[in-house]
Amino acid sequence: MSAPAIMPEERLAATLARLILDPAAPPARHIAVGAASPIPAAACWLVKLLGHPVRLSLLHRRGGNPFTEGTRELFDLTGQGRIDLFFLGGGQIDGEANLNLVGTGDWPGTGVRFPGSFGSAFMYFMTPRTILFREEHSPRVLVEKVDNISAPGVSPPGVFRRGTAQALVTGKCVFRFHPDRARFSLESLHPGESVESVREATGFAFDVSDAVPATPDPTEAELGLLRGRVCDEMVETYPEFCARVWGRSRAA
Amino acid sequence: MHLASADALAALIPDGALVAMPPDNSLPSIAIAKALVRRGAKALRLLGVPVSGFATDILIGAGCVAEVETSAVSLGEAGFAPRFTAALKARRIIVRDATCPAIHTMLQASEKGVPFMPLRGLIGSDILANRPDWKVVPNPFSEHGEDPIVLLPAKQPDFAVFHAAMADQEGNVWLGRRRECATIAHASKAALVTVERVVEGNFLEDERLASGAISATYVTATAVAERGARPAALLDEYGFDQAYVSDYARAAKTEDGFRAWLDREVFATAAKAAAA
Repeated sequence: MSAPAIMPEERLAATLARLILDPAAPPARHIAVGAASPIPAAACWLVKLLGHPVRLSLLHRRGGNPFTEGTRELFDLTGQGRIDLFFLGGGQIDGEANLNLVGTGDWPGTGVRFPGSFGSAFMYFMTPRTILFREEHSPRVLVEKVDNISAPGVSPPGVFRRGTAQALVTGKCVFRFHPDRARFSLESLHPGESVESVREATGFAFDVSDAVPATPDPTEAELGLLRGRVCDEMVETYPEFCARVWGRSRAA
Repeated sequence: MHLASADALAALIPDGALVAMPPDNSLPSIAIAKALVRRGAKALRLLGVPVSGFATDILIGAGCVAEVETSAVSLGEAGFAPRFTAALKARRIIVRDATCPAIHTMLQASEKGVPFMPLRGLIGSDILANRPDWKVVPNPFSEHGEDPIVLLPAKQPDFAVFHAAMADQEGNVWLGRRRECATIAHASKAALVTVERVVEGNFLEDERLASGAISATYVTATAVAERGARPAALLDEYGFDQAYVSDYARAAKTEDGFRAWLDREVFATAAKAAAA
């Protein structure tokens, strides 16, 4: 009997978990995860349940919300440098890791209006590292130049900034970000993708090495945790996601 | 003072007022938002603390709003806020985009009675470029280089509007850990709060309740509105009504659909209650 096929969401969660644990990156002792982020939340639970000591602040859990001083506490903690890692996305992301969460066209988004910047214009500067995550990998999302900058990928010398993007994970690949030259490089390809297919779906130029490896499959241990204890932790906050990916209902 | 209804609270808010409200995960008073629609409020300036949701969308759709200052407007899982988006496209409202900690910081400056407070980040963002009221200055305490930093002016709303679990006989309200509502109340000239119930006693005399209370010092008026946060959740008392918000998001895609929704959910329900 063969094991169930690896779901794309499981591969993405395991990929994010590996980036969280990247020994070359600043340590992730305290990670905050924003609203509507089931795959980053799954990655964080996977890291924790693999036995790594990490504090998770999951902002939209109804029970056990991590903050007792209101939502400003997240930003106060981040301002002090006590949140090590945050996840951001964007309606548009460009080749210099600039994020647009406000909208296309003239300010304030007279083309397609996105919801808004949320805390990105602060978090991106004040967190030692940010993992950019956007499942949709298309030329309308990954653009050469964002129409509006909600949060810049790099800052001039002299502007206080603790960090920037570590990587950009999409439904097709993993890009590594290099702040010294403000460019992405292609780090790995998800199954079924090639350098050419990624190039075709990407509006910005990026660096490519001679041999781009495949994004690794989740290990048996990772899959076991994702389908078991990670799902247990997530089912209250993300019932629809857990039902879709793992066939789990809240009552089970 | 304790008033008879959310409509009585809404009657205290004049046209053109600056009204601060929490979003759908943090105890909005949907009861007061619907009452403002019924009273036909005009030219309100809404402040989302730090973002905006369902209440903002219905107030914009009903033509009650001239300006919105916020860090995002969203219906969460139900997607983009349709009446906000339509009004922005038609340029019927002025939208002042901010970023979450900037809104908290501007209110905290008002809490302290100081004219401004600094905030890190923002430099190089078009959020800042589109805010002529925000200034960048060199950090006067910097020992190394210029160290530019953003200064944000104090923001004092005319009204804080939110929902709480309960009020006591002294006019204190209790809402547990959702302390952003306390910040809004502290910073505003007046706070209007709907509650599920009024209880005997004084929260400030009870060690277990005092830390989740907002003192009557800051609370101008309360009124009972059972399920007054609906469809938003209230702490551990009731959950978020996703079906209601998804139904709204579908209806409000068009002006006609939105009008029909308003007739059914805002005007007809009040007429029915009045008849009863």
